[in-house]
Amino acid sequence: MDEAGRRHYPEKPARVYLFGTCLIDLFCPEAGMDAVRLLEREGIEVHFPAAQTCCGQPAHSSGFPEQTRAVALAQLRLFPEAWPVIVPSGSCAGMMRHHYPRIFADDPRLLSEASALAERVFEFTEFLLHVARVRLTDRGAPARVALHTSCAARREMGTHVHARTLLGQLPRVEVAMHTHESECCGFGGTFSLKHPAISSAMAGDKVEALKQTGAQTFLSADCGCMLNLNHTLQKRGDPLQGQHLATFLWQRTGAEGEQR
Amino acid sequence: MNAPLQFVPASAFKQRAAAAVADAHLRSSFRNAMDFLIARRAAQFPDAPALERQRAFAEHIRKYSLARLPDLLEQLERKLTDNGVSVHWAETPEEANRIIIDIARRHSTRLMVKGKSMVSEEIELNHAMADAGMEALESDMGEYIVQLDGEKPSHIIMPAIHKTKQQIARLFAEKVPGAAYTDSVDELIGIGRAVLREKFMTAEIGLSGVNFAVAETGTLCLVENEGNGRMCTTVPDVHIAITGIEKVVEKLEHVPPLLALLTRSATGQAITTYFNMISGPRKPGEKDGPRELHLVLVDNGRTQAYGDEQLRSTLQCIRCGACMNHCPVYTRIGGHAYGSTYPGPIGAIVSPHMLGLAATHVLPTASSLCGACGEVCPVRIPIPDLLIRLRGEAQHAARPGEKPMLGQGAAQSRLIDIIWAGWAALYTRPALYRAFGWLATRFRALTPPMQSGWTASRTPLQPARRTLHEQMAARKRS
Amino acid sequence: MSARANILQRLRAAPQATPPLPPDVPAFHAACHAGLAAGTRAARIALFCEKMAFWHGEVVRVTRANWPQTLRELCVTKGVRSLLHGEPHTAALRAAGIGGLKPYDRPVDAWKKELFEDTDASLTSTRGGIAETGTLIIWPDVDEPRLMSLVPPIHFALLDADQLYDDLFGAMREQRWSSGMPTNALLVSGPSKTADIQVTLAYGAHGPKELVVLMLVNEEELK
Repeated sequence: MDEAGRRHYPEKPARVYLFGTCLIDLFCPEAGMDAVRLLEREGIEVHFPAAQTCCGQPAHSSGFPEQTRAVALAQLRLFPEAWPVIVPSGSCAGMMRHHYPRIFADDPRLLSEASALAERVFEFTEFLLHVARVRLTDRGAPARVALHTSCAARREMGTHVHARTLLGQLPRVEVAMHTHESECCGFGGTFSLKHPAISSAMAGDKVEALKQTGAQTFLSADCGCMLNLNHTLQKRGDPLQGQHLATFLWQRTGAEGEQR
Repeated sequence: MNAPLQFVPASAFKQRAAAAVADAHLRSSFRNAMDFLIARRAAQFPDAPALERQRAFAEHIRKYSLARLPDLLEQLERKLTDNGVSVHWAETPEEANRIIIDIARRHSTRLMVKGKSMVSEEIELNHAMADAGMEALESDMGEYIVQLDGEKPSHIIMPAIHKTKQQIARLFAEKVPGAAYTDSVDELIGIGRAVLREKFMTAEIGLSGVNFAVAETGTLCLVENEGNGRMCTTVPDVHIAITGIEKVVEKLEHVPPLLALLTRSATGQAITTYFNMISGPRKPGEKDGPRELHLVLVDNGRTQAYGDEQLRSTLQCIRCGACMNHCPVYTRIGGHAYGSTYPGPIGAIVSPHMLGLAATHVLPTASSLCGACGEVCPVRIPIPDLLIRLRGEAQHAARPGEKPMLGQGAAQSRLIDIIWAGWAALYTRPALYRAFGWLATRFRALTPPMQSGWTASRTPLQPARRTLHEQMAARKRS
Repeated sequence: MSARANILQRLRAAPQATPPLPPDVPAFHAACHAGLAAGTRAARIALFCEKMAFWHGEVVRVTRANWPQTLRELCVTKGVRSLLHGEPHTAALRAAGIGGLKPYDRPVDAWKKELFEDTDASLTSTRGGIAETGTLIIWPDVDEPRLMSLVPPIHFALLDADQLYDDLFGAMREQRWSSGMPTNALLVSGPSKTADIQVTLAYGAHGPKELVVLMLVNEEELK
């Protein structure tokens, strides 16, 4: 489902909210910071509500609707201004954009709040491309990269299209296709804990496919997939590591002198 | 061949899955076959918006048919009865088997030849026939091969997909009297053809499934390539068709849009060799065809799915198998690991109604929720949503006043409940959550080296030095 | 209560939101074909031939005058020693001098073994064809029973190009199938086949190994 085909995109705003997601918060905060830097470079002021925690997806996909609802409710009112809400993770964006309205479908008031929020939720690459309408300047050396978009990002947010288009703005970056590109990396949240044998097999196949491209790195807009694949590669002693797209874009297009 | 087929309990799923992923041979068989079927399907649908229109319309037909299901079943029964067909109803597999065995006994049956029927697998008919002292012989080539080896199908459309031609060659040489070893596919099919033609001639009863049952004309439609379905429904004196109650559509004109998607989604064919429309037994003056025709309508849990408006969409299924072809989990473990008649994503959402959640609760968890199944489903069953729903039903008792599903709450665990309660408590309290993040980052060196299933093939997860929350707060202050 | 009553009762007790409107198949069909030029006879013939060839079926163009002769030649080429046929074609086949004619003139029960083991080929009529998928429409009847198109290894089918339809829905509508179906109606697209062994295609699984369509066309369409 490509959002671009059916979504009306607003003018570039002066201010946005960032919903950082729980995985980025704890495991990949640099991806979140790089997303902020990229947004600010476009002249957009980024607000980060301190009360945000998690979109509720882990409980949702595990079959705990009550806990999902409680946690989702705790996020619902953190974005009072009519600014866009940027989510640097396709699956969390999909959760807020597509599932929140269904979670609150039985309560007209909450439903209208959830629907209003859903309208303002943008996956990070989608926002950069279609709302901020960035024009990236490639400042890096020629590079060959592979791209892995999470399944939710791909199917709910059209991220594979957005990410590829953004990378297309970088003339010295070659994006290599890998076999079974649209196939899941085996993360699936609690799936990776419940069915380690199957999850590992899927992750193993995915890293092999990525390695076969000969890419120096691979990019993902989802922290979950990235952790899954990077820790699989590390266990194998493989030097290949993936990066969050925000980090890659920031480092290539404007990070000089600001490298951490 | 009459040895009962093994029933594999779903509880051993994880063990079987682990064994399957470690079997390189099986992995490449399934990967290659699924890649082939995926490519074949994709070639049939070059125009994405056109496909979406077709899927939307097919979904509409199925939803409409289901909304009128009780009326349509009665209309179907009326029309079929007028056409000279006996219609039977069965709530359980036992009832269905009893109906079929009674008919078989009435005709002093020694041999029943079977066309492909997943419902007959679902009710373990072969087993019941063997217990009753009668032979039930599968005649679809794939089913024949699988039965010859005492196995169950590993795919609903391609039952013997897990076997190589060399394995089949050895099987035939060993089990088929007079067959010499050959691994030529044409010759192997020739052997099967010769054996089975003899059986078609001598069988007293032919059994088949049904792809669509048309209420307005009383017509049973069968999709096949081989011709064994036609043999089973035409040569023996008695034809018994068996189907789930959900297969009925109102009008003949509802068939073409569904048929076009069924064969294209299943095997990437615009149509199968045969589309067999049966509306009655042999009429006076006709020179062949069965003298008696029976239809057995089977519930076996379908009314449970029907009773819930979300779960009802499970019954939209037209059994194309595209969801399993595109499922990364199915591709890794194959059909046998699931231990249920219907494997893959459709199996995970349909089996709980047939076998109960106590026996099947692990199946809906065997998915990364990647969404590939829902994306290709020709009748747009929201499979991932249903998997999530069933995960929930397995872990929670029915609310007061609600009718529980069979086996509802069977996977409920005090520990898991506490974990999720704790999770919700943490993630609904921002200050507590930030404190947790602060502690986790400060004590990141203490991260356990073994993290449940995660570290089986991955290095441990370790919190970053500072959370995003902390970094953003620091920025604000500076 | 009976199983029937229990099942129907459970179905009727289920909650029902507003039921969907009846599917409008003609409108859907029209929408699918919007923008496409209406099929011409020539286009239908060409498409049918292409699709039938894809299914491994052979199409031979014939005229009303020469088809029995062509069939005779085909029988010789293919080594057909016995040809199963229905009463309506007896005179034409005899006139063409085809050897080994075998009319399907008694119930199968009396000669099942001979049909299965000693009948090389059959000739049946058809009720038309479907261009989109390369499909024959066959309605077996008293004269041409069901097994004719299934048991003999070679199946010859006579198809009138006048009765080619664009697609299945079109055929169904034009021929008013819903007003009365025969005991058995068939769509046949090529010879019997299977891919059950390692997804390798093999023909002649249980039914005919060869399907030859004798397509009745006008003189100028013979090409």
